[in-house]
Formats: sequence, C-alpha cells, structure tokens
Amino acid sequence: MSQQDGFKKFHGTAGYIASPALVDAVNCAIALERPLLLKGEPGTGKTVLAKHVAEGLGLKMLSWHIKSTSKAAEGLYVYDTVQRLNDSRFGTGDVSDIRRYIKLGPLGQAFASPERVVLLIDEIDKADLEFPNDLLRELDEMRFTIVETGEEIVARHRPIVIITSNNEKELPDAFLRRCIFYYIEFPDPALMRRIVAVHHPHLDAKLLDQVLIKFYWLREQRELRKKPSTSELIDWIAALVRAGVSIEKVEQHIPFVGALLKKEHDVDALQRYDAAGGRFPKSWAELGPRYNQ
Amino acid sequence: MFLDLFYGLREEGVPVGIQEWLTFLEALDRGLHGSSLLGFYQLGRACLIKSETYFDAYDRVFARVFRGVEGAYGEEVVDKVLEWLRNPKNFPNLTPEQLAALERLSHDELMRRFLETLEKQTERHDGGDKWIGTGGRSPFGHSGQHPTGIRVGGPPRSRSAMKVAEERRFRDYRTDLSLDVRQIRVALRRLRQLTRSGEATELDLDRTVDETCRNAGEIELVFRPPRRNDVRLLLLMDVGGTMDPYFEPVSQLLTALHEERGLRAFEAYYFHNCVYEHVYSRARMYREDAVPTGDLLRRLDRRWKVLIVGDAAMHPAELLEPFGNIDPRRVSATPGIVWLQRIAAHFDRAVWVNPEKPAYWDADTCRIIRKLFPMFYLSVDGLTEAVQALVGARGVSLGQAH
Repeated sequence: MSQQDGFKKFHGTAGYIASPALVDAVNCAIALERPLLLKGEPGTGKTVLAKHVAEGLGLKMLSWHIKSTSKAAEGLYVYDTVQRLNDSRFGTGDVSDIRRYIKLGPLGQAFASPERVVLLIDEIDKADLEFPNDLLRELDEMRFTIVETGEEIVARHRPIVIITSNNEKELPDAFLRRCIFYYIEFPDPALMRRIVAVHHPHLDAKLLDQVLIKFYWLREQRELRKKPSTSELIDWIAALVRAGVSIEKVEQHIPFVGALLKKEHDVDALQRYDAAGGRFPKSWAELGPRYNQ
Repeated sequence: MFLDLFYGLREEGVPVGIQEWLTFLEALDRGLHGSSLLGFYQLGRACLIKSETYFDAYDRVFARVFRGVEGAYGEEVVDKVLEWLRNPKNFPNLTPEQLAALERLSHDELMRRFLETLEKQTERHDGGDKWIGTGGRSPFGHSGQHPTGIRVGGPPRSRSAMKVAEERRFRDYRTDLSLDVRQIRVALRRLRQLTRSGEATELDLDRTVDETCRNAGEIELVFRPPRRNDVRLLLLMDVGGTMDPYFEPVSQLLTALHEERGLRAFEAYYFHNCVYEHVYSRARMYREDAVPTGDLLRRLDRRWKVLIVGDAAMHPAELLEPFGNIDPRRVSATPGIVWLQRIAAHFDRAVWVNPEKPAYWDADTCRIIRKLFPMFYLSVDGLTEAVQALVGARGVSLGQAH
C-alpha cells in the first residue's frame, strides 16, 4: 500500500479516446513495471496508444518496428563488423576503437537513456517464433552486456514497454507470463462516429448513419473471410464522397464494395446475395438490439 | 473464495501460473483495482489472462466465483471482501451479522438478488443480457448457420463487473469451438522445420572475417544459404457425401493452407470416403484428374508430412473389403485399408484431422483408422496438436488428442 501513488498515472490525452479499462491496464503496467501487451483487430489504435502514453506522461518515445527478419539482438545493439573490416582495409577510420562500430538498437537506447522513456515494440508477432523469448532476460533485468566490449548497459529508469501484436503467431508462454495483457475491442458505432469525424469532419449525418449500418452489417456476416476494418471504412467513405454517391443509393446497396472487401470469395458471396434479391438493412433496428441507439 | 478463481481458471484449461497470480496480488496490494468490483474484474483479466481466447473462460469462472458478492451487499462489503481477498487473515473484519448473512444466503437466493439488481441497472439499455438470435438473418443463404446469437451490450460505463462477466462477449474468441481462416493460419505457422539449403544469399560473417584474415586483409565475402522452412506437406482430403456439412471449416482450412507461403512444398489431392488406387487433383474428381496413389508414394519421399482430412465415416466394406469403392465406375481390387496402411508406413509422419466432433468418433471405421493415424478434431486447438504431431519432437502425445 505504501507505493499506492508512487508512480505517474496515465489519464489519456485529448487526441486519443481510451476506455477506462484500457487506462487502468496502462497504469497497472506502469505501476508493476511490466510490459503491456496489446492485442486487437487492425485499426483499433494499438500503435497510437504508445505515442499518447508518452505524450500524456511527457516522456520521449522510442519505437521498434518488428519485421519478419528482426532479431532480438538487433534491439539491443548491432556490431557493424563489415564496416570495421572495410575501414581496416582502406584505412578510413579508427579501427582500434570498437565502440565506434557498436550501434545501440531501440531497446539499448531506451536502457541507456538518462530519462525514462516509452518504448514501443510494434507488431512483435511479425518476427520469428522465438523472438520474444530472446528478449525475456533483458526485459526482466533491464540490463545487457555488449559482448564485444564487455560494457554493461543497465537501465537507469525502467522504460514503459508497450508491445503490440496482430495475432499472426502465438507468443511463447514464458513471454506472456511477464506481460500485462489488454485486448482492444473493435470500436462500437458511437466510438466509430467519433473516429470517422476525425477523418471526414463534414460528412452528412444521414449518409454516415447508412454507411455505418452497412459497415457493421457486413462485419456481422460470418461467411466473410476478411472483415472490413476501420481504415477500410475510412477509404470507403472517401470513395463515396468523391463519387458523390447519393444517400438513397447507399440505402439500397453497397456501392464500391471493393473498398471494403478485399477477398474475391467475399465479393462473390455478396454479389450472389445481391443477385438473389437479398436485402440490405437500412436502419440500426434491423441489425438487432445490440445496435439499438 | 479467492483461490477458487485461480483454480477455477486452471480447471477451465486457462494457462495461469504462480507468476501471474503473484503479479495480480501485487497489483491488488497497490490498490490498482480502485476498490470496485469492475476494477477488480479488469485488473484480474489484465494480469491473469494472456489471450482473448481465454476471456470467455475468465468471464465464466469470474461469474461463478463472485456471483452474489455484488448487489446483495453493496460496494462497502465488496471492499471488505476484497480486503479479505488480499489478506485472508483480515476476514473477521466483517461484522458477525454480515458473516451470518453471508452464510444464510443460498446460492439461488444470491442469484435471485443479483438478477434483481441487474434488472434495475439495465432498464436503461434495454433488456440487458437477454440473448438475441441472429440466425436466419445471414445474407449468404446459410440461414441458421449463425452462432446461437449475440448478447446485448450496453455502453461501457456504469456497468457492473458481474454483468460484464455474464455477458460473455468473448465467446466467439474461444479456440476450442470456432475456426476462421486467420486462426487456422496461426495454428499452421508452427508447421516448420528450419534448415539451411538452396542458394547462398546470406552473408556468413564469421567465415568472412576468417577468410579476410587469411587473405591478408583483402576482403573476402562468404555467403551461405539462409535458414528456411523444410516442411513438405501432402494434403489428402475427403470430399462429397458425408463431408458436405463440413464444407465451411474444410474450405477455410484449404484457404489457409494455400495462403501459407512458408512451406517448402505443398500438394493437395482429393478422395471420396477412403483412399484407393487413385486420388484426384481436383475436388470434382473427374477421370482426367486421377493420379495413381502408388505414384504419389514413389514420388514423395518419407520426409513429406501427410495431413488427411476426412470424417472417417463409411460403410465397413468400403474400408475393409476388395472392390469396396462406393463409386461403381471405379474398381479397386485392393481394400482401402491397405492403401491407408501403405500411406502410414511410407511416411514418417501422418495425421488425420476430423471435422466431426470427437464424441462421434466411435464408428467402426473411425476406430480402425485411428489405430493407423493419430486423429485430431478440426478446431484451432486440434490443428495445433496435429501440427505438433507432424513436426514436433517424437513421442509427444501422438494419438492421444482426444
């Protein structure tokens, strides 16, 4: 109980709409000094959260975007042997100082930073299966040794680590045990309105209503191989607005469906439904009580 | 009561260990739950559960364990209980009357009171936790194939933890029930064995330094082949007849396999009910699509992994007797079982994935086939186990999936 208020709390920022539960999870991770693992469908604002946590707490942010070829060691430091070899061959640099060829990675920088930082490890599931396990010790102890120089880097302040995952791979259990976990749910229509308003501030309210009805209706369809996400909705609205499609048309049909559905199978299924005289909902009530507004 | 949550989760198969539990206790100790049951619910979920697929289990266990704590006594007692939870010795802080009241209440009574409270709270957003059906609304002609329904969700604020738990919004995320292409792909990701082979495109640093030194400082770059997946997969798929009801999960599996770029080689063939002299390169199974099964066995070496998808349900004669092929146009003197035995013997690893629920696996033919191939249920969990049996270390619970 002694440390109840011993840490800086995150309260959300003006530019990020975070649910109270998410704010609690962030604070829990900060208080317990554990990495926060965020999962959720694409377009639910996982990556942006780190930026706003940094902003809200007035800290610097470092990001480490993971690719399929990323190695855990790269996050700590990279020893540029080839450059050193090259320098020694052509005499272009001081080869004797090995530290010139050691470049700290994002995790290394976060440890070495004189002040506390927010470290975003983005899309950790893109990397190799064993990648998260290779980071366990470093994240636990917040220290590592540069083998080439024997220098030890110890974090002066434990960074706030935020990790995002798109669920492309399962993460190892040992890694999960150390994380605080939060799953960001897909935005509900009310939240979606606010999100759309950021991108299309002058959209006709009636049109937006129809657009959202169609969008959530599509997402309800089990047969879809790939559900449309927020970014696809934003693109779709842009297409509708540019083409000047009337509200009536959006009421009856789903024009430019290619902006929403990206799989041939899904487009076919919708066309078959349309050809068979299937109805598209025009009001929230038709989507069922979950969407009663 | 508190430990009931822990053991309840473990009983539900949620991987929660001492480490998570201690994290949770530490978080409670720091008052991170903000002394409300909802905060407690969310904190517990963040600390104990590490995958949305277990949220539903958490909701069920939470609702079971803490049913009646809320509403019946109000927040004050909830706080007291929470305090006790944090430190069991403080439990006597409840007044004797409260304690007695706690004991007097039967489970049904708790439930009733809880529901009453719930009703009062939820009037505003219509009906609260009544199930609503969506079957028949499905647009693609699969009416009735919708899941049983969705719960009515209210606005995120002003909801009680119990209601959140009872809503079970994460039902669809359970991996032991549902399947979608993405989840299948995740399960299939494990289907890999890394080896170095092929073209040398990756810089081998150690040998480069070594060679450069030998070369008196003249840089000598050495390359090696990158590590890549060495898994070759042969898919044999039962189509038509009794497999028709499983069209959807099976086609999702097929989509996922075709999207799986990591495999070194992948071939898919079809059969009807059982494998005989021929398998077919297309699901329509025309004569020109036929490929002699013997050819496959000659061409593909034992390193190929075999994944057979089928319900293993057929007339015993189709499996055991000569000329058992149900298709009269195709004569097969060798009984199907012999072909299956040849496949099982030829390849190092072969598994059978069955879209039918394990409860129905005791048909005669299914039992015989299970002796030849380890059988797994076509769910995300089942597929993960099947993949493990294909590439995992030897002796890992082969054939004991269900």
